[in-house]
Amino acid sequence: MSKIVVDARGRACPEPVLMTKKALQDRSASYEVLVDNQTAVENVTRFATNHGWHLEVISQGDEFHLMITG
Amino acid sequence: MKEKRNLLIAGGIVGAASVVLVLLGNPANMGFCIACFLRDIAGGIGLHRAEIVQYIRPEILGLVAGAFILSVIRGEFKPRGGSSPVTRFILGACVMIGALVFLGCPLRMVLRIAGGDFNALVGLAGFVAGILCGTFFLNKGFSLKRTYKQTVVEGVAVTGIQIGLFILLLSGASFLFFSQSGPGSMHAPILVALAAGLIVGAVSQRTRLCMAGGIRDLFLFRDWTLLCGFIAIFVVAFLGNLLLGQFHPGFMIDAETAQPVAHTDGLWNFIGMLAVGFGSVLLGGCPLRQLILAGEGNSDSAITVLGMVVGAAISHNFSLASSGTGTGANGKVGAIVVLAIILVIACINTFGKSKESAPETVVVSGVKTEEAKLS
Repeated sequence: MSKIVVDARGRACPEPVLMTKKALQDRSASYEVLVDNQTAVENVTRFATNHGWHLEVISQGDEFHLMITG
Repeated sequence: MKEKRNLLIAGGIVGAASVVLVLLGNPANMGFCIACFLRDIAGGIGLHRAEIVQYIRPEILGLVAGAFILSVIRGEFKPRGGSSPVTRFILGACVMIGALVFLGCPLRMVLRIAGGDFNALVGLAGFVAGILCGTFFLNKGFSLKRTYKQTVVEGVAVTGIQIGLFILLLSGASFLFFSQSGPGSMHAPILVALAAGLIVGAVSQRTRLCMAGGIRDLFLFRDWTLLCGFIAIFVVAFLGNLLLGQFHPGFMIDAETAQPVAHTDGLWNFIGMLAVGFGSVLLGGCPLRQLILAGEGNSDSAITVLGMVVGAAISHNFSLASSGTGTGANGKVGAIVVLAIILVIACINTFGKSKESAPETVVVSGVKTEEAKLS
């Protein structure tokens, strides 16, 4: 069981979504996407949930950890 | 669903505000036009001397200030930047030059279509083609690299500049340039324009409304969400125009009357918006979105806005901008040159060797940690 961490901090829309999209193609069991702005949170959440993934947002100071599971 | 609903409402508000601004004095089909308004401001402070397009548009202050205020309230104001600023400045100028060959930013393109201007449909085709070019490079890994935290000054500079210009406008400073005729002389009352800008700025901040993003997300992710805003602007502006008798379908209004602030040079309408679509996708958003992001403290977007102002000055000083009679020889060369510049920037930032060593994706397994880099 492996977890893939995608570091999209500092990336502007739509890069975090593209990075997540590429990572999700590996069909790993779980992912953690790091982003640092609200737009990225909303966009990645929308993309992941639209594609049938479960997503949980953990807010940590200026950063957000998006925990994605199948 | 909630996001789509909010975008439909936001688009409706933008469409309605645009119709009202035209009713109260703005040029036809120009309730909002980020390219035209920044161009007017460039003229207002004398960066170019095209006498018919000089005015300090209060809508621009409204847009950045509306986004600034709401982002502060929502805790989303964050001064950030440092993601290839010079490249963004150049792209901003290129997008502006393309927009002035077409005669409008993507938002005005939608408003022109809603007013029955078929030339803007040709522009839309170019815009879509440009977005396709941009998404091709995004899929191949195009990036302007990451942003970093910055000081508050970086985050509020563009809003501050606009406040300063607004004070100059109110004080009637004699060194400013104001058009006596032409589009620059046509404007809604100052406070109405400011209020409309504030409202549209706030709803655009809240919903991330973006003309380029809607079509881009449809291509990239089969996601219609952002496109809802685009469609709502069109529908409401279209209905408003119908209601007020401002809907005149055709490439021309009649045999002698051209569509307002537009030309019928199809090829150059297409190529102008091709550059705008391509450049906007590389910048991560249309000119409206750049203003909103600048208000939120994004200095990369702030530098893009400044690039657009300089692009407008170049456009008019070198006679690249089109007029009602069409696109001149300089404009044709200019449009091709900016397309080439955008293409070179796209290629270098997609296929060029990056010195960034930190892996963006790391695979963490139970026992050992492997590092993998996104291809």
